[in-house]
Parts: sequence; structure tokens; C-alpha cells
Amino acid sequence: MGRTRIPLPALAVSSVVLVTTALAFVFFVAPNDQSLGFSQRIFYFHVSIAFAAYACFICGAWQALRHLWKRDPRADLASYVCVHQGLIFGTMVLITGSIWAKVAWGRWWIWSEDELVLFLVLYLFYCAYFMLRFSVDPGPQRANLSAVYALFGVVLIPVSFSAIRLARAYFHPQVFTLHGPNFGGWILVTYCMAQAAMLVLAYTLYRLEIGGKRLDVRLRRLREALA
Amino acid sequence: MSTTEKYVTAAYCVVFALVLVYVLILALKLQRLEREVDELAGRVPDEDTEQAPQEPARVG
Repeated sequence: MGRTRIPLPALAVSSVVLVTTALAFVFFVAPNDQSLGFSQRIFYFHVSIAFAAYACFICGAWQALRHLWKRDPRADLASYVCVHQGLIFGTMVLITGSIWAKVAWGRWWIWSEDELVLFLVLYLFYCAYFMLRFSVDPGPQRANLSAVYALFGVVLIPVSFSAIRLARAYFHPQVFTLHGPNFGGWILVTYCMAQAAMLVLAYTLYRLEIGGKRLDVRLRRLREALA
Repeated sequence: MSTTEKYVTAAYCVVFALVLVYVLILALKLQRLEREVDELAGRVPDEDTEQAPQEPARVG
């Protein structure tokens, strides 16, 4: 029995509705944080986007494992698209984080802060994934090398995540602790809304991109067959 | 609008702009693929014209 998938138009509409609702909650419903003030509103999307990026990298690693296990070329393509998505979301994390740092700390970037540097290391690691992938000719060797690299990258995620808890010199807010979320009420509702919006948006963009990539591959094969 | 409010707005605008650019790039790529499909479809002979001579001729 084939898997039933949510149609792409339905996903796109859900993304738009969720993102719009999340934005309305961020600016009109959520109260100002007592210690961080208005600037805390960046965190609703900054943290959600960061978790969406981690989810993309984890999915990329899972697809890479599937490729190595079953030698499925579709899994290699899926892994590549997941990593690409993760990198796009990672770019947004770095930009929104830098803007918050400018508001809170008065500087765009602080090299002595582990959480910033470790996220940048994770980001650059996945940037190098593309350099590796496109330096090898298409084929099984490229797919295998990319899969192994994507699998290694997932190790950096817990390191980057825990670095926020190790931050000492500057105050970096912790959204989640061992006892659960560090906030409640409308702040928690708004955060959950933003998180759902970002995950659905990431999945929609993933489906859109992989649909295009699969069509591209099929067209290339068809063109070769017709030539 | 205070400086903090400007920065928060800028952060959300950057996110919106990045997603928009990404969706535009994907849309352009899908347009290109659609053109390629049309081009390939043009190369394949039309089924109706091929099947037409095979129709049985009327007798009597």
C-alpha cells in the first residue's frame, strides 16, 4: 500500500496560515518579557527556526543512513535537499541571532561566546557538504561520500544545542531546561505556534524543492533516452 | 518606533525576505522545468496522427 501524502497546495496554505497566525501572536498577543523587554520577540522565530534547522539536518542524516543501508538514490536526493533546507534555516538563525545580539549585547557577534561559534561551526560544516558533493562527479561515489558526511554532521547538533547551556560570559536566554519550557501562558502558546509554523514551512519547502529535483532527474533521463 | 522595535522588525523582515527569495528561486526553476517538458513533448510524435492510418477502412 502506498503512502498517502498531504497535497502540496494544502501544505502551502497551512504554512501561510500558521506563519501569519504566529506573527499575529508574536506582535499582538504575547506579553513583553520582564527581563528582555520587546527584543525577546525575536526569539519566537529565532528559536523555532533553529529547531527547524536541526530537524532538517537530522532528517538529512536519517536519509543518508537510508541511502547507505538500502542504496536508494531517492534517499540520497532527499538527504541533499534536507541539508540544503537546514542551511537556509541556519542562515536565518545566524542573522536573527546577530540582530538580537546587537540589541541585547550591543555587538553583532562575539567570538568568545561558545554558543555562537559552535553554531557557526555547524553551519560551515554543512556549507562544506556542498563543496564536497559538487567536487565529485555524479554517481554512487558522490552519493556515498555525501551520505557519510551528512551522518557525521549530526554529531555537532547536540554540541551546538548544549553550548547555549554552557554560555557564561554573556546572558543567552534558555528556552528549554531539564524541567521543561522556561516560560508559560501566552509566551508558551506563541512559541508553540511559531514552532509549528516553522516546521510546516520547512516541510512545505522541502516537498517543493524535492519535487523539482525529482522532475529534473527524470527529465534529464528522458532527454538522454531521446538523444 | 524605538531602536529595539526597529531591530525586531528588521529581524522578521529578513526572515520573510529570505523565504520569499528562496520560493522565487524554486518557482523560476519549476518554470524552466515546465519549458523543458513542453520542449520534450514537442519532440514526441502526436499519438492521434500516428494512429490515424491504422484505422480500418470502410468497405462497401
